[in-house]
Amino acid sequence: MIPVTWYMMLSAAIFCIGIFGFIARRNVIIMFISIELMLNAVNINLVAMSHYLQDMRGQILVFFIIAVAAAEAAIGLAIIISLFRNRATVHVDEIKEMEG
Amino acid sequence: MTMEITNMHMLIPGLPLLAFLINGLFGARWIKQEAHWIAALAVAVSWVLSVMTLLKVMQGHTYYGDIYTWISSGGLRVSVGFSIDELTAVMLIVVTTVSTLVHLYSVGYMHGEEGYSRFYAYLSLFTFSMLMLIMSNNFLQLYFGWEAVGLCSYLLIGFYHQKESAARAGMKAFIVNRFGDFGFALGLFLIYLTFGSLDYQTVFSAIDGWQSPAISLLGLETDLATVIALLLFCGAVGKSAQVPLHVWLPDAMEGPTPVSALIHAATMVTAGVFLLARCNAIFNLSPAAMAVVAVTGALTSLFAATIALVQNDIKRVIAYSTISQLGYMVLACGVGAYSAGVFHLYTHAFFKALLFLGAGSVIHAVHDQDIRNMGGLFKHMKITAITFWIASLSISGLPPLAGFFSKDEILWLAYSSGGSFGKMLWATGTLVAFLTAFYSFRVIFRTFHGEFRGEVEKKDHLHESPASMTIPLMLLCAGAVGAGWIGLPALWGFENHFAEFLKPVVGHVAAEHGNYSHSEEWMIMAISVAAGLLGLGLAWAMYARKTDLPERAAGAMSGVPYRLFFNKYYVDEIYDYLIIRPTVWVAKNILVTVTDGLIIEGIVNGIPRSIGRISQWIRKAQSGVLHHYAAVIVFGFFIMIAASLIWAGGN
Amino acid sequence: MNSIILNSLSYPVLTVLIFLPILGGVLLMLAPRASNAGIKFWALAVTLLNFTLSIPLLTNFDKTTWKWQFAEYKAWISAWNINYALGIDGISILFVMLSALVGILCVLVSWNAVTTKIKEFYVAILFIEGAMIGVFCALDFFLFYIFWEAMLIPMYLLIGIWGGPGRLYATIKFFLFTLAGSLLMLVGIIILYLKSGGVFFIPELMSLSGSYPLKLQLLLWFAFFAAFAVKVPMLPVHTWLPDAHTEAPAAGSVILAAVLIKMGAYGFLRFSIPFFPEATKLLAVPMMVLSVAAIIYGAVICFAQTDMKRLIAYSSVSHMGFITLGIFALNTNGLEGGILQMINHGVVTGGLFLMIGIIYERTHSREIAYYGGIAQKVPVYAVFFLIFTLSAIGFPATNGFIGEFLVLLGGFTKNRTLGVLAATGVILGAGYMLGLYRRMFFQQLSDNVKALVDLNLRETLTLIPMFVLVFWIGLYPNVFLGFMHASVEHLIEQVSNGTGGMSLAQLLLER
Repeated sequence: MIPVTWYMMLSAAIFCIGIFGFIARRNVIIMFISIELMLNAVNINLVAMSHYLQDMRGQILVFFIIAVAAAEAAIGLAIIISLFRNRATVHVDEIKEMEG
Repeated sequence: MTMEITNMHMLIPGLPLLAFLINGLFGARWIKQEAHWIAALAVAVSWVLSVMTLLKVMQGHTYYGDIYTWISSGGLRVSVGFSIDELTAVMLIVVTTVSTLVHLYSVGYMHGEEGYSRFYAYLSLFTFSMLMLIMSNNFLQLYFGWEAVGLCSYLLIGFYHQKESAARAGMKAFIVNRFGDFGFALGLFLIYLTFGSLDYQTVFSAIDGWQSPAISLLGLETDLATVIALLLFCGAVGKSAQVPLHVWLPDAMEGPTPVSALIHAATMVTAGVFLLARCNAIFNLSPAAMAVVAVTGALTSLFAATIALVQNDIKRVIAYSTISQLGYMVLACGVGAYSAGVFHLYTHAFFKALLFLGAGSVIHAVHDQDIRNMGGLFKHMKITAITFWIASLSISGLPPLAGFFSKDEILWLAYSSGGSFGKMLWATGTLVAFLTAFYSFRVIFRTFHGEFRGEVEKKDHLHESPASMTIPLMLLCAGAVGAGWIGLPALWGFENHFAEFLKPVVGHVAAEHGNYSHSEEWMIMAISVAAGLLGLGLAWAMYARKTDLPERAAGAMSGVPYRLFFNKYYVDEIYDYLIIRPTVWVAKNILVTVTDGLIIEGIVNGIPRSIGRISQWIRKAQSGVLHHYAAVIVFGFFIMIAASLIWAGGN
Repeated sequence: MNSIILNSLSYPVLTVLIFLPILGGVLLMLAPRASNAGIKFWALAVTLLNFTLSIPLLTNFDKTTWKWQFAEYKAWISAWNINYALGIDGISILFVMLSALVGILCVLVSWNAVTTKIKEFYVAILFIEGAMIGVFCALDFFLFYIFWEAMLIPMYLLIGIWGGPGRLYATIKFFLFTLAGSLLMLVGIIILYLKSGGVFFIPELMSLSGSYPLKLQLLLWFAFFAAFAVKVPMLPVHTWLPDAHTEAPAAGSVILAAVLIKMGAYGFLRFSIPFFPEATKLLAVPMMVLSVAAIIYGAVICFAQTDMKRLIAYSSVSHMGFITLGIFALNTNGLEGGILQMINHGVVTGGLFLMIGIIYERTHSREIAYYGGIAQKVPVYAVFFLIFTLSAIGFPATNGFIGEFLVLLGGFTKNRTLGVLAATGVILGAGYMLGLYRRMFFQQLSDNVKALVDLNLRETLTLIPMFVLVFWIGLYPNVFLGFMHASVEHLIEQVSNGTGGMSLAQLLLER
């Protein structure tokens, strides 16, 4: 039996990779994938804990997250595509429309 | 014996009110040049009713009663009602007589003027208000009449309202009077708080045997009666144009001359004297207040007489003469000689109205008010000139004309009122008598005698005024001669009927004057006559005999006194600089710009502005760069974890 | 519940008075935009009908009791103990009548003056009328607050759409000032609700008065003060009024002057004084000082005005000072004078704004210097203006005198010095009002107004009611004072029942 801490360490590692990717990369698609990584890190954590605590609610929550993430990915990609069509770039430093 | 008021008494003020309403509502469109019928008829009937009332009062009946409750709030209950006693009866006669004659006179004087019906509407309204004032049975209705006559005065002074000076003069009269009324109103409050009522009967009966409590006012120890009396006197100072609130009356001459005769000589301005006489019970409680009243009267009479010496506008001379004579009346009240004050009020009404109407007749002929442009009118307008002469003799106090008796009574009662104080008052009064005769005859000699100095083409048009103007002159002239004969002095072996008649209301002062001999009284009389004759003689010497004397005299006095007199002691200018300009300056430069503009608006507009400025600064955090947000999220996350760990560790 | 007398008329009179104009406004919204005359006549008919329906209030009012009359009571949101409760007493009845009257006059005075968005204008007027009457009738705090705030919206639109050139600034200022005050009052209402164990019903809250500790009373008092002082407006928070008045259309100014600013004073009478008697007694003298300051400040500042609407607006600040002075004198004369002066000020200042609206319609100028000598051209107008001017300066036999006299008497009874200082306002008042009159009506005829025409029939009819009231109240005020006697006595009783007796200094030392 693999101890639960291993799962948590895996989860934390993936999460950190996600954060790193999100901060360090400038390509929107990479950043987007980084967000997905973070979400999946959370999922791993939830599933591991659910198993450990013998509580099904964690796994149910994971299904929700996957469903939401799918929707989010669809909308996010759509936004990125229309952004690319308009600006011909996916480099975030060049996109600062929201400056206050 | 006191009886209930009847419908007849209500008609006395009611008829002029009705005339006002008719002329006011229908005058401008339908009645127009016929307005005098309604107004004059109404006031004439009022006169008849007043005479009937007087006869009843002389039989010993007085009337007292309420018509309806005006204000009722808490303990305050004020009615509209009438009280007709001896004082009221005398005033009724003065007011309705002069008013009737002025109505008649105006038919000729105002003929064809624009706003003829308006003029008569105002006159009727004035008569109504004045009657309400004198017939009132409580202080608040008195105050109503007081303000209402002020309003009529405002409207009539400003009758020629296209003229800026007339509009300003009317406003000035109203506002200066407001200063007096301010004190008057506070006096009413104190009377109500002290006696719990504003009715004459309640107040004056409560005053009997009332011990005035000592109070401290602005650090001064005084008693309540003095404060009340002085506050009421404020009202009288304003209305009767006493120093320092006299400034409005000379300017009031902007109004049509009949108005000056009625309102600014015979009736309204004497309301202050009426108030003093009416409230004698309060004034008698306070020797200090009486002294103030007497000194104010004496000062005013001297002050105004000196100004009258050098004025060139015929109406202004008479106006200052009015102020001076009002000073006499106030002086009389100040030494407790209320009946003498009212007596002078009564005689003065005749000769002063006559002087004004005579002046009006002159102005009607010459179309000028400057006596430097007159002269030699005697041969053109004999009736005017003769009546003017008689009025001037009367005001100068020469026997056996009306002015002599009343003026002499005042001077004697001032002299005998005790001590050097009384003597000083008498000396002032006598000096004023001399000045009065001088300036009165200065006007006569400049106007009616010598050569005509006006424009040549005017000379051919000089004419006597129409009968509607000369008849009132002659009637008033009869009054100026004979009005005094009802108050012949006891010294001559007569009963002073006038003083005896008023005794139930104002008491009798002679009883306290027993220490003086008859010879002294004869002496005072002789001196006052001599002063009058001396003034007449000097005026003759200066203006009739040798005509370059006045210029020489003016040249000799040219320096300070002449300029001081000519510019009316600069009182108007002083008020302008001390009161009016500072108020407007403060309003413009402090209230509008600083407190409202800078401070309040600064705060009001400053709060939103500073919120805007803060958000300008905060918005920079919104860089639009995704990585900044991400970094903030990550660091925020770490900080939150760290904080929660520390917090958990702390527990 | 023994303090209310249920409505015994055949119809729910107060509900009808409130909702008839609102219903009329809703129906008016459906009207076709083109039928201008029809819209005007509809608005006139609704306001006239409303006024007619309010007359039974006067005839059936029981003057001998202070209790709430014509009351209606229906459960509304029972979970929070909110009820639909209406009722009037001797203080509010006169304001209900005044609001109904002002509604008619506003319609009449706008007849030709409003040329754009006519339908919306009259809808706003009708909504305002309903909300105004609602404020004076509400017996439930929640309901009261709804009407109180509901008034603001049409008023905001009235100034913002049909106002003068600077209307946007003025209207936002007006809105923010009043809203800021009102929100503090809302907090006060909620605290009161919680402290009283869930009561919004005003008569019940009154019976609990004095049961709160003094410090809580003071806090709540200030919360309410914020709302009412802004509305009145009292001295430091008055600057919205001149701006709002200046920019508002004639009807807006009339509503503002005649009714809206009375709500502040009404709030003091209805809530601050009976709910928090100890706090009121403690703060009475400071309030009087503030009132006297407003009297003098408002009057002096009038001397610097060149815009006639601004001048009248500042004179309102001065006159409202008289009203609050009378109210916080807390004696019969002062309170009755204050309430009567509220009516008077509504009549007179309302009348003056009507008149200014009438002349503005002809000349499109509010500058006093633009006019001059117009008494020659418009004599009837001049007479009306003179009468309102005289009333404004407290001339006896007009209504202004009765109110000012009673207020000054009450103030003088309570505090001599303040009474004397307040009386100087009467002198100053004569100065600026007659000055205005002289500059507009007297002197040489100005070239600008050579072609001015006098009042027409509609305008005369608009002014007649105010004119009649000026002399009616002035000559026979007992008709009006008679309504308030019982309620004012009861109010004084409520205040004197509180234990009180502590001075502000003691309170501060106690800390």
